[in-house]
Amino acid sequence: MQQEILLDGMECVYQKPATLTDDYLHYCPGCGHAVAHKILMEVVQEMDIQEDIVGVAPVGCSVFAYNYMNIDMQEAAHGRASAVATGIKRVLPEKYVFSYQGDGDLAAIGTAETIHTVNRGENILIVFINNGIYGMTGGQMAPTSLLGQKTSTSPYGRDVEHNGYPLKITDLVAQLPGAYYVTRQAVHTPNTVRKFKKAVKNAFEYQKLKKGTCFIEVVSNCPSGWKITPKETIQYLEEKMFPFYPLGDLKVPGQSKN
Amino acid sequence: MPTQKSEIRLMKGNEALAEAAIRAGLDAYFGYPITPQSEVLEYLTEQIPKRHGLVLQAESEVASINMVYGAAGAGARVMTSSSSPGISLMQEGISYIAAAELPCLIVNVVRGGPGLGTIQPSQGDYFQATKGGGHGDYRLIVLAPASVQEMCDFVFDAFKLAEKYRTPAMILSDGALGQMMEKVEFPEEGSLPHQVPTWATTGKKGRERNFITSLHIEPEKMEMINLHLQEKYKEIEKNEVRYETFNIDDAEIVLVAFGLPARICQKAMELARDKGIKVGLVRPITLFPFPKKILSDISKKVNNFLVIELNAGQMVEDVMLAANGRCPVHFKGRMGGMIIQPEDILEEIEKIVEQPIMQE
Amino acid sequence: MFTTDEIIIAGFGGQGVLSMGKILAYSAIYENKETSWMPSYGPEMRGGTANCITIISEKKISSPIVSKFDSAIILNQPSLDKFEKHVKPHGVLFYEASTIIKPPTRENVLVYKISAIEEANKMGKKQISNMIMLGAFLEIKPLVKIESVLAALKKVLPERHHHLLPVNEQALLRGKELIELNYHVSV
Repeated sequence: MQQEILLDGMECVYQKPATLTDDYLHYCPGCGHAVAHKILMEVVQEMDIQEDIVGVAPVGCSVFAYNYMNIDMQEAAHGRASAVATGIKRVLPEKYVFSYQGDGDLAAIGTAETIHTVNRGENILIVFINNGIYGMTGGQMAPTSLLGQKTSTSPYGRDVEHNGYPLKITDLVAQLPGAYYVTRQAVHTPNTVRKFKKAVKNAFEYQKLKKGTCFIEVVSNCPSGWKITPKETIQYLEEKMFPFYPLGDLKVPGQSKN
Repeated sequence: MPTQKSEIRLMKGNEALAEAAIRAGLDAYFGYPITPQSEVLEYLTEQIPKRHGLVLQAESEVASINMVYGAAGAGARVMTSSSSPGISLMQEGISYIAAAELPCLIVNVVRGGPGLGTIQPSQGDYFQATKGGGHGDYRLIVLAPASVQEMCDFVFDAFKLAEKYRTPAMILSDGALGQMMEKVEFPEEGSLPHQVPTWATTGKKGRERNFITSLHIEPEKMEMINLHLQEKYKEIEKNEVRYETFNIDDAEIVLVAFGLPARICQKAMELARDKGIKVGLVRPITLFPFPKKILSDISKKVNNFLVIELNAGQMVEDVMLAANGRCPVHFKGRMGGMIIQPEDILEEIEKIVEQPIMQE
Repeated sequence: MFTTDEIIIAGFGGQGVLSMGKILAYSAIYENKETSWMPSYGPEMRGGTANCITIISEKKISSPIVSKFDSAIILNQPSLDKFEKHVKPHGVLFYEASTIIKPPTRENVLVYKISAIEEANKMGKKQISNMIMLGAFLEIKPLVKIESVLAALKKVLPERHHHLLPVNEQALLRGKELIELNYHVSV
């Protein structure tokens, strides 16, 4: 799969992990999904678990995740990725299993599956990409869209009286005794990428212990859906998203921050 | 049909089905309680920890069927069961499973509907089971048991067929079959070996990666997938039709019924024959594939078909298609959980026989 | 002597109606006979009445659901009102004496009035009235042997209740005696 590149005496400082396929990513320029995919697969490569892992893709922008991640994968129905992951993990308890889901998938249509999967303490990792919008269907309001946020289905801005509050589902999940490790991360700067990578590594290490669900929220961006440039999304993340969705651990083994 | 039988027991249909599933080497069951099929989940949660396999009560039927998807995709022999409203909730997942070509067993212990309906037996889900149910062009292999013994035997048959054709199979039972007790003889465990299929997502050790999906954005590809599925359903229609006939040779009027009503029809047939009326019976065992040919053949030589169902008339449409105008197709049904009595059927037979035969 | 006997057992929930049918069905299994047990459940049960159709046969049973019965064992008035007319001509109808005020009026069926509850109270265990009924019934219709019923009881009763087996056996025999005393029949 990995192409040999002759470097002609030069030192190789970067290589795409073999755990990613050679397919071109369909993600929009500047989208956090690409980074999140790569980091996830880098960890799989570094931990040498490519042959022992099964992933579950959602419905949403990352519906084609199985085209990019060079591992065994299943594509789930909308909102059901954690139920599908439960089915896999229960019959393959010794394999690493994760679901990769967006905010509409995980926190709207799949809320019940999310809560109950974590509440059962399924020994899986749930990666939750929260960009506060439905990207794939063209920028509609998500359960996590911020108050006042303009989307194609909240053209005058999200109105609390009409649409209710953005759902901090990660905070909810952290309350559940079945959750072992819950953290909120980002992938928009080299520093946050490093931290996200560490979190993923932790989560897979914890999965070996069979002590419960690991849950990583990635507060991410959507230049197309937000209708701003990739560069502007960084500012939006820092000024609007992080104040409402503060980064950091919500629950770590051995101590509870609740 | 399993050949080696070992042990005779008196059991409820639901329990027999659950015991059969364990003996058929069930790896995992995911389900949610609903009357009148909860005994399946209860029996399995009691037995499986002492034996082998896995049973998990999910948070909903929606979750159950998607757990089935995951486990089937991971190569396990897997099943779920529910009753009508719960099966309606599963339809999306069933469509995905059919599209992704995953083998599994889905049991519907049908109750009266529509809506929340009643917990009494019904056959109101025939259309849903045989014509699709969820979105898109797909079929399930549908087996309709008529006895507690068949509640056991068809579990083996359903797993076999599901795995042979990589397609979901359904046992379409009803509330009365689930709750009634009869003698049942179980085959030995281990009579249905199972190998993890090569396409399963078990971790890509020593091979290229496997992925399971029902998403094919390009219409050309999606049409190819559809053609492939239809090819498979044709193959199933060619090879797997099952039915039973009784007293067909001299019959002037032939009853057609599936499931428990087929046995009620047998009784009605006996009553009618005592009165000198030449009645026969066809009992479709597979509802998909439907026994079109035998019905078509019979339609050439009998005066009447009388279809008996516990619904407003669903299978009767398939019988009409098979008869293709060659003989009148009558219908008598009960709905909403009411069960038809042998005497009601006899009365209907007498009414039809007394009618002068229509001349075209 | 018989090929098929279609039996309705009906009464209030809690009178052991369903278990009587089950015990009959189990007994039939011990004798290698064909059998089916079809409970009526749901709203009817909630309304206070319960019934089951038990069929014992020497040949394969067609319909487990029938509306005409060779035998009826009736333990309350509403059930009698409902099922009396469904007993086949020359069939048998057993009814419990104390719970039925308006006795059956059919003339072409054999009617047996059994004081099962009174006898059970005399024996100090009112839960065994159904076994007294069953004992009486089997004296008239020996579809299965008492030994098979005892074996079935052992199967149906959970182990923690096995100390009740002797009293159940006494109840069966008492039912048999009641027939001998009151109806002077020898079968």
